[in-house]
Amino acid sequence: MFEYDPVIYSRILTAVTLGFHVIFATIGVGIPLLIALAEWIGIKRNDEHYRLLARRWARGFVITVAVGVVTGTAIGLQLSLLWPNFMQVAGHVISLPMFLETFAFFFEAIFLGIYLYTWDRFKKKIHHWLLVIPVAIGATASGFFITTVNSFMNTPHGFEMVNGVVTDINPLAAMFNPATPTKMAHVLSSAYLTSAFILAAIAAISLLRGKNHVYHKKALNLTMTVAAVFAIATALIGDLSGKFLAEYQPEKLAAAEWHFETSTEAPLILGGVLTEENEVKYAMEIPYALSILAHGTPSAEVIGLEEFPEEDLPPLIVHYFFDIMVGIGMFLALISIIFVMMRRVTKWNEHNKPLLWTIFAGGPLAMLAIEMGWFFNEMGRQPWILVGYMRTAEGATTSAHVDLMLYMFILLYLVLAISCITVLRRMFKSNPVEQELKDRGIE
Amino acid sequence: MDYELIGITVLWTFLYGYLIVASIDFGAGFFSYYSTITGREHVISKVINRYLSPVWEVTNVFLVFFFIGIVGFFPSTAFYYGTALLIPGSIAIVLLAIRGSYYAFHHYGFKGNRFYQFLYGATGLLIPASLSVVLTISEGGFITVVNEQVHMNYGALFTSFYSWTVVVLAIVSVLYISACFLTFYAYKARDMNAFAVLRGYALFWSFPTILASVLVFFSLNQHNPTHFASMVDLSWLFSLSFLFFLGAVYLIWKQKRLGLAFIFVMLQFATAFFGYGASHLPYLLFPYLTIYDGFTNEAMAIALIIAFIAGLLLLIPSLYLLMRLFLFDNKYVQGRK
Ligand code: HDD
Ligand code: HEM
Ligand code: HEM
Repeated sequence: MFEYDPVIYSRILTAVTLGFHVIFATIGVGIPLLIALAEWIGIKRNDEHYRLLARRWARGFVITVAVGVVTGTAIGLQLSLLWPNFMQVAGHVISLPMFLETFAFFFEAIFLGIYLYTWDRFKKKIHHWLLVIPVAIGATASGFFITTVNSFMNTPHGFEMVNGVVTDINPLAAMFNPATPTKMAHVLSSAYLTSAFILAAIAAISLLRGKNHVYHKKALNLTMTVAAVFAIATALIGDLSGKFLAEYQPEKLAAAEWHFETSTEAPLILGGVLTEENEVKYAMEIPYALSILAHGTPSAEVIGLEEFPEEDLPPLIVHYFFDIMVGIGMFLALISIIFVMMRRVTKWNEHNKPLLWTIFAGGPLAMLAIEMGWFFNEMGRQPWILVGYMRTAEGATTSAHVDLMLYMFILLYLVLAISCITVLRRMFKSNPVEQELKDRGIE
Repeated sequence: MDYELIGITVLWTFLYGYLIVASIDFGAGFFSYYSTITGREHVISKVINRYLSPVWEVTNVFLVFFFIGIVGFFPSTAFYYGTALLIPGSIAIVLLAIRGSYYAFHHYGFKGNRFYQFLYGATGLLIPASLSVVLTISEGGFITVVNEQVHMNYGALFTSFYSWTVVVLAIVSVLYISACFLTFYAYKARDMNAFAVLRGYALFWSFPTILASVLVFFSLNQHNPTHFASMVDLSWLFSLSFLFFLGAVYLIWKQKRLGLAFIFVMLQFATAFFGYGASHLPYLLFPYLTIYDGFTNEAMAIALIIAFIAGLLLLIPSLYLLMRLFLFDNKYVQGRK
């Protein structure tokens, strides 16, 4: 094997922890919104099916929140354990949003506790619904705050570096750096999209298994409508993210597109492989599309990789990450829009098998798109941990034994993942919808 | 007060909050498991679960608040402690992760899984032990800094008498604080069987707690005489702590005013904890790092303090609501809701 290098192991460990955490974080941001919607519709239409939806989603949600909380605690501590030099510098400039994030958690945790245990404690149902609002706000706010930190790493702002010392610090400018608007909008809207698709996938598989209860159809209808809205939003914001990159991190965009020479009327490259001489083969080209993605006009000039020194370039593998994310994004938008259209036209049956199968596939695919998006964003930032100021290798710990810690955490996440899945399955199997509808006297 | 002092006071207060709420939680997990294996589960587990269910996640946030806050106010701590604590820190993370998730799995998933409950109970004692190591290390003597490189001497840590007394104190305090609180809660719930058992635990753990405190006090004299000397200067706080201890034990013994008894317990730990903290100053890591040289810049300090005040304005009413619904609502506590 290769020689022990704390930098490599710290990177892998960070990627593993974040890659695992972000699954639960995404669900954690998105699902409260759907719970709130379902309960609201249930109250307004006086339809107990929707209230039961909210109730059952919330019950599963607590389990994923638990894993989200503990893995989030892990990443929070690991940032200091693995990147002490980076945190020492970053702590001076960007600790405000991290600190604010803990308040958002706090707020969310308190109201989640209350919400779960007060389903039947209020005389007016709407009072119980009010309790989910702080949960949704808290979850979205924590996603927002942590994303500003990541934005800061991409476009550091709000300070001066003089002889290696940071001065002239402006915490708000650091938080609202140029990357913040597109990044936070894209992260939040993709979280809503993904959560909607995961819940839709559950409803779809129930229908496919022959459970034809109207409860599942209502669930599917609600989640697919939300998904359609956020699929379009995510794609539009993604386009803005591309324009952001063209202006502030052109090397990242160029790497994602294997765009070596600066040129106008640049085509977008899909898939393909790269030869030793950096020639693109077997790729599909969409003429002008890169110029449009970068600047909005077909004739615009897009900066190529040639303009950057070799040692500042990100790994070119990010091209695939970008393609997979965008591909899945198009796919999700397509099927959710088809579903919504088919529902409008009463003659058509939106619950046909092929469509249900694609919806089912959409759940895991959406999560894959989230992972690909983050991998693109993080690896596309390399070799920098703080673009232009600190290289990743300079930020890392010098401790021995990071490798051992890596194995320990991989084991932990495996155990957590397996337990989480088992618990969720047993929970819903032992109490099927049909049974619960009867028990609660809904029918 | 200068910003440095405000910063450390805020953080220390949150750590104190964590000490209390987490102890209740950790101890409860242990008692709940212990009662299962001794066949008395039905007696006390109801009281324990009723209290714990809505609040477990809030407990964790106190800790997150502390370690995010300390890097915010004192970024240099990330450098010193971050490098030194890789192994104990990672072990603590794993324990916290197991505990948090298995509580949820056991409680919301399927009840009565003994193994999950074991994990939950055992980690409750191991976490305080592993977290207490940070306080031990802060006394100096275990970390050396050579050429800007931080080294941690595990041999010294594991063979130090002082570090073991701190571990013992952490564990027995957890059991003592938790038992005292649950005694009060069981009494409010009018669950007299549980009350009798828990009161027994509270009294049982009171003596070891005070014994361990005295041991820590004197072994610190050997380990870090400078700190010990400043603790002696603040000895009135520690005497006060002892009086609160006596008051609490007396009330529990006499089965009178149990709410007040628990307040005494909180004050006992508050006086000791703040006494310890105040005498530790100005050092964050003896003798390398003080609150003055590790402090963030003024702009960030002001931003953090404003954020903190705004945050409190949001949190205090919410916490009040939580307590009203689950802690002081007699109908809920007694299981009639
Ligand atoms: C898109 C959103 C998002 C992203 C990118 C991240 N998180 Fe996260 N995090 C959440 C969204 C979230 C959440 C949904 O808000 C969680 C999951 C469950 C919960 O209660 O909050 C959470 C939990 C959570 C917790 C546990 C809080 C508690 O005790 O309640 C911590 C300490 C962190 N996160 C810290 C981080 C750090 C340091 C990150 C990056 C480096 C990070 N998160 C990325
Ligand atoms: C939650 C979603 C995220 C995922 C899945 C993710 C994924 C990754 C990956 C794959 C790497 C390794 C990159 C490489 O070494 O080539 C990495 C590195 C890193 N990320 Fe992210 N990231 C996420 C969010 C964040 C956020 C919000 C922050 C900021 C607080 C952050 C901080 C870091 C740090 C400090 C490193 C190590 C240095 C580096 O390699 O750049 N990450 N992350
Ligand atoms: C459909 C068209 C899409 C386009 C054009 C697009 C574009 C982009 C771009 C340019 C970035 C990099 C931003 C940066 O590094 O600063 C990005 C990142 C990301 N994407 Fe997408 N995206 C699309 C769809 C999706 C979908 C469907 C998902 C998930 C369901 C997704 C999730 C993410 C995530 C989590 C990130 C990392 C966070 C960030 O950097 O903003 N994207 N996307």
